[in-house]
Amino acid sequence: MEGSNGGWPATTGQWEKLDTDILIIGGGTAGCLAAVAAKEAAPELKVTIMEKGHIDRSGCLAAGMNAINVYMNPGETPESFVRYVRYDACGLIREDLVLSMAEKINEVVRKVEQWGLPITKDDNGQYAARGRWNIKINGESLKPIIAQAARDTGACVLNRTVATNYLVVDGQVAGAVGFGVRDGKYYVIKAKATIIATGGAAGLYKPNNDGGAHHKMWYSPFNTGAGYAMGIRAGAEMTSFEMRFIALRTKDIISPTGTLALGFGAPQVNAKGERFMATRFAHWGGEGAPTPIRVWGPTVENKEGRGPCYMDATHLPPEKVSELKASYLDMYPDIVLYWAANDLDPGREPIEIQGTEPYIVGGHCQAGYWVTMDRSTNLGGLYAAGDVSGGAPYKFVSGCWAEGVIAARAAAERARAASHPELPDPVLVAENNRIFAPLRRFNREGDGVSPQEMEERLQKVMDQYAGGVSTYYETNEERLQVALKQVRRLKNQVPYLVAVDLHELMQAHEVIDRIDLAEAVVMHLIYRKETRWPAYQSRLDYPERNDFQWLKFVNSRRNPETGELEVFTRPYERIVDGDRYLPRG
Amino acid sequence: MSVVCDHSKCTGCRKLDEPKCVQNCPGNLMAIDPVNGKAFIRDPRDCWDCMACVKLCPCGALRTKLPYVLADYGATLVPRVREDRIIWTCTDVKGRVEEFVIRTK
Repeated sequence: MEGSNGGWPATTGQWEKLDTDILIIGGGTAGCLAAVAAKEAAPELKVTIMEKGHIDRSGCLAAGMNAINVYMNPGETPESFVRYVRYDACGLIREDLVLSMAEKINEVVRKVEQWGLPITKDDNGQYAARGRWNIKINGESLKPIIAQAARDTGACVLNRTVATNYLVVDGQVAGAVGFGVRDGKYYVIKAKATIIATGGAAGLYKPNNDGGAHHKMWYSPFNTGAGYAMGIRAGAEMTSFEMRFIALRTKDIISPTGTLALGFGAPQVNAKGERFMATRFAHWGGEGAPTPIRVWGPTVENKEGRGPCYMDATHLPPEKVSELKASYLDMYPDIVLYWAANDLDPGREPIEIQGTEPYIVGGHCQAGYWVTMDRSTNLGGLYAAGDVSGGAPYKFVSGCWAEGVIAARAAAERARAASHPELPDPVLVAENNRIFAPLRRFNREGDGVSPQEMEERLQKVMDQYAGGVSTYYETNEERLQVALKQVRRLKNQVPYLVAVDLHELMQAHEVIDRIDLAEAVVMHLIYRKETRWPAYQSRLDYPERNDFQWLKFVNSRRNPETGELEVFTRPYERIVDGDRYLPRG
Repeated sequence: MSVVCDHSKCTGCRKLDEPKCVQNCPGNLMAIDPVNGKAFIRDPRDCWDCMACVKLCPCGALRTKLPYVLADYGATLVPRVREDRIIWTCTDVKGRVEEFVIRTK
């Protein structure tokens, strides 16, 4: 492709056709484990990882992790885990998926420990618990450890390669297409089975830090919903986009509060020093309330004038404060720098907290592909694992590993039996044109809309009308209709996107994917006419939970005939007994 | 968020196919300036502050700098990566120094 001022290499747009047996899109938490499991299940198969970054430090684990937050500690079972997750998700989950994930957890954790992950042990040589489902690790190098394991199995890794769409032949997924961020080549990768493991989506909503700190956020800002958008465009059935995730974090620097609450026993207090969760939110379970309520609590305190809110760790002696800082250095080092820069001592004064902007993520909430027990989607040959896969919240790191393993075993079975279909050339030519359009437009016109401009516009619309930070996460039918109209206007602006180089081309596709996802998120929010998960999904016009009408999943699928996104419901199925609104019920 | 490069230390990793910071940044933000051969960040706004590049830099040339909108100027947090551990040195605005040794293997 013709270059402009040397902005992109001469190989840009050139076709690079590759064949593989199993294609894994996204080499993060789920993808690396899927690669290992696929090679273990079928060593003769060729396994290829297509990764936007570099697998050593890509995805959510770039900075590390200081705990494994799903582990069946002694006395717990997959069934007790399902009861807890069901309670935490306000009564609605895919119990079959959560059970199957829980059954694999301890096996995958032991496996990663054997690869070199340091897990803290107690005096009896057992993993040291940090809460009911949590164990302590020294996980700064967690990502390079699992990346090395994936490489060691002989999986082929395409780093810096962005996936843009599936190859679909007769309703079956036959691989994917994308482009290289370094070489600019147009990658056409044929596969007998494809696993999508691209993670969730940040950046749909205006972040609560802006300007120079706009990427100071909870989720990886480089997880931009590619897997969701590719699925939506290809007609995959998706679930629960309305159950957005909002993290309770320390103010400004957005570091995790789980470390404070679970690791160091810090309660939430409001500006008056009142333990509001234990008083005003006692009926929800107080400090042990479901996760959405623990972010809704301080949001209400702020809204009603009792903020700022804090987590109080002033009971900690200096050696424990030092331990707290060490714990953060394993996953969120910049809070230690933030305290040092602002002369803050968490042992002397409470730490201010806030809710983040909303994210779409299947590993904390349950937005994503509607899958069967083996993580196959409604599109033949396509499997989903990790944050991009729906119906099974509370996965976190180890649950994503477990899903990667489950999906890989099913994908290996299919790949052994399947063959490569013929791909129609006109479809491939059209996708090449779609991918490189922002570079071509820049070459031709020199003017248009930059990815950053489009991202900011999308985030403003979603924030103001679809329940962002500025409206305390609440919204109603009328606001959502405005959001839908404006997001659709943005879709029509996509042809005006310009990119000056391959980095901006990547950003252009990130914003295209976010817009396609945002449309689906708004349609899901409109459809659920109750408030099931306060903060995550708060309807001012339907403020109560309504089990009679809404104890069911909201799903969507683009109708391949009409091109329209259709929203419908799927029933909830109870497998594990007990009270759905009690953690041990 | 941002990363600052000390030009007196950065060698541009000329012997490697790709400098460590360029290879590993999860946001594809690190690049080498073709004029001076030193590392730079494409857009300081877009850094997630994961510190992958800071920890991987073989020359100790990169430093994380919090955005001024969030934090005072004057504190530093420096990781020194060893075979099986990281030695973190934190210096606060008043010059007080804390050191942490954390295992990675």
